[in-house]
Amino acid sequence: MQATDQLFYVSFASRVMIYALAATSLNLVLGYGGMVSFGHAAFVGAGAYAASILMAEGVTSAWIAWPAAVAAAALLAWGIGAISLRTRGVYFIMITLAFAQMMFYLVNSMKAYGGDEGLSLPRRAEIGFGLDLGSEVVFYYAVLCILASMVFLLYRLINSRFGRVIVAIRENEARAEAIGLPVFRYQLACFVIAGAAGGLAGALLASHGKYVNPGVLHWAQSGTLMIMVILGGVGRLWGGVIGAAVLLCLEHLIADYPLGWLERLAPNYQQHGNLGVGLVLLAIVLFAPQGIAGLLSRRKAEAKRAPA
Amino acid sequence: MLRLEHLCKRFGGVVATDDVTLEVAAGEVHALIGPNGAGKTTLIGQICGGLAPDHGDVFFENRKITKIPQHARIAAGLARSYQITSIFRSFSVLDNLALAVQARTGSSFSFWKPVAKEKMIFDEALSVLEEIGLQEKKNHLASTLAHGEQRALEVGLALATQPKLVLLDEPMAGMGPEESSRMIELISRVRSRAAVLLVEHDMDAVFRLADRISVLVDGRLITTDVPEKIKLNEEVRRAYLGDELAA
Repeated sequence: MQATDQLFYVSFASRVMIYALAATSLNLVLGYGGMVSFGHAAFVGAGAYAASILMAEGVTSAWIAWPAAVAAAALLAWGIGAISLRTRGVYFIMITLAFAQMMFYLVNSMKAYGGDEGLSLPRRAEIGFGLDLGSEVVFYYAVLCILASMVFLLYRLINSRFGRVIVAIRENEARAEAIGLPVFRYQLACFVIAGAAGGLAGALLASHGKYVNPGVLHWAQSGTLMIMVILGGVGRLWGGVIGAAVLLCLEHLIADYPLGWLERLAPNYQQHGNLGVGLVLLAIVLFAPQGIAGLLSRRKAEAKRAPA
Repeated sequence: MLRLEHLCKRFGGVVATDDVTLEVAAGEVHALIGPNGAGKTTLIGQICGGLAPDHGDVFFENRKITKIPQHARIAAGLARSYQITSIFRSFSVLDNLALAVQARTGSSFSFWKPVAKEKMIFDEALSVLEEIGLQEKKNHLASTLAHGEQRALEVGLALATQPKLVLLDEPMAGMGPEESSRMIELISRVRSRAAVLLVEHDMDAVFRLADRISVLVDGRLITTDVPEKIKLNEEVRRAYLGDELAA
C-alpha cells in the first residue's frame, strides 16, 4: 500500500470513529431513552459550528473550542428538549425534526461564517503537549481516546441509577411516574447529555475536515445517524460504533471498488450506492431487529449454551 | 389522612366523577365498590395524579395536592397499583422492585456508580419480594410471570415505595381462588403499615378486609359505611349488590 493510501485510511478511520461517537450519542436518547429524536444533526452541527466559529475568530485551542462545542450543543438540546419532550410519538419525531431544520436554515443564513458555502478552517484545533492534530496519525489516536472514553462513560451511565431510570421510562413511562420518578426531568437530562456528546462529535468532525458547512445540520444527517443506530443495534452499547463502521465502510466499498459483474448488469450502480445501503438496512430490520450488535450477542449466547 | 372535596370530572358528556367527597382515615382499609363504569379507576387517577379533576380538591395529610404532579404525590406517600397490569416487562422481578425502592431513596441523577452495587436497594427489594411471595422468581423476567404473579408484582411495585396510603385498583382481577386468598393475606398485613383504598369486585375479599366501604354509582358516592350496614343498605342492594346478596 502506498503511503498516501495509508494516510487516507487513517483519516477514514478517524471519520468512522467521529460518526461512531455521534451515533452512540444518538443511541443514548433513541435506544436507551426510547425518545425517537429525528433532529440529532442539530447538536452535531451546533458543536461543529461553535468550534469552527471560535477557530475563525482566532481561538485555536481545542481545550477551549471543544468544551465550548459541548456547551453550545447541550444548551441547544436543553432548549429543544424542554419543548419537544412535552409531546409524544410522531409529534416528538416531527418537532425535533422541525427544530433541527430551523437550525439548518439559521446557519445557512449566517453570511459572516460562510452561509450556505460553509466555513473553511486554516488548521485543526491545537491540543498542546507537543502533539500536532494536523498529523493524521495523531488525530486518529486523539479521536480513538475520545471515542473509547465516551463508550466507557455510556457503559457506566447505563448501569447507574440514572441509566436504570432512563430504560425504565422507555419500558413503561406511566408506571415510572407512578413509582415516583419525575419522568420529564430524567428524559430532559438524557436528551441534554446526548446532545452534548453529539456536539463533541461535531467539533471533531469540523476539525477533521478543516471545513464545516450547513449540510452537517441537514435532516438527512439525522437520518444517517439514525440508520447507523438501527444497523448497529438500538439500545446496545456498541450499536452506534458498529453501525457507523458498517455504514461508512459499505458506502466506501460501493463507491470505490466497482464490481465488474454488477457494472455489466447495472452500469451506473455506483452512483446509486444508497440502494445497496438501503437493501442492507432492510435485511437488518427484517432479520435482525436488534441490529448487528444484537446478532453478535445472540451468537455468543448460543455458543455458550452449546457445549452444555 | 386522605380527603376528597367535591371532586368532579367529566369526559365529554360523561360525568365520571360527580361531586365526590370522601375521607380515608389513617390505618383503615377503605373499600370502594360499584358497578363497572362507576368511575372508580377515574377517581384513583385523580387521587394519585395523572388525571386532573375539573373541580374540587384532594388533600393528603391536610396538604392540598390537587395541583402537584404525580411523582411528587408518590414522594409524599401515596402509591397505586393498576387494574391493567403495568410493570417493567423486560426487567427481572427483582429489578422491578429495586427500581421502585430506588425511586424512593434519593435522586437518580447519579451517572457513574453502578446501581447493582447499592446493597441497600436490593436488600429492601428482596424483603418486598418475600412479602409478595415471588422469591423463587427473583431473576425471571417480569414478562414471563404467570398472570397471578404479575398481579402480585403489580402490588409489590406500589408497596416498594413504602406508601402511607396505597390505592389498589382491583388487585385480584383475574386471579384464581388460591391466589386471591394469598392477596387477601398480603393486604391484611399491609394495613399495619399503611392505609389502603381498595377497589375490588370480589365481595368476599371486600367484606373480609374493609373497615369501611364506599359505594360509587355513575360517578356519585351513594354512601360510606361499615360493612355490616352496607350489606343491609337498600340503595346499595338495588344499585349494585343486587342478586349477589339477595340470593
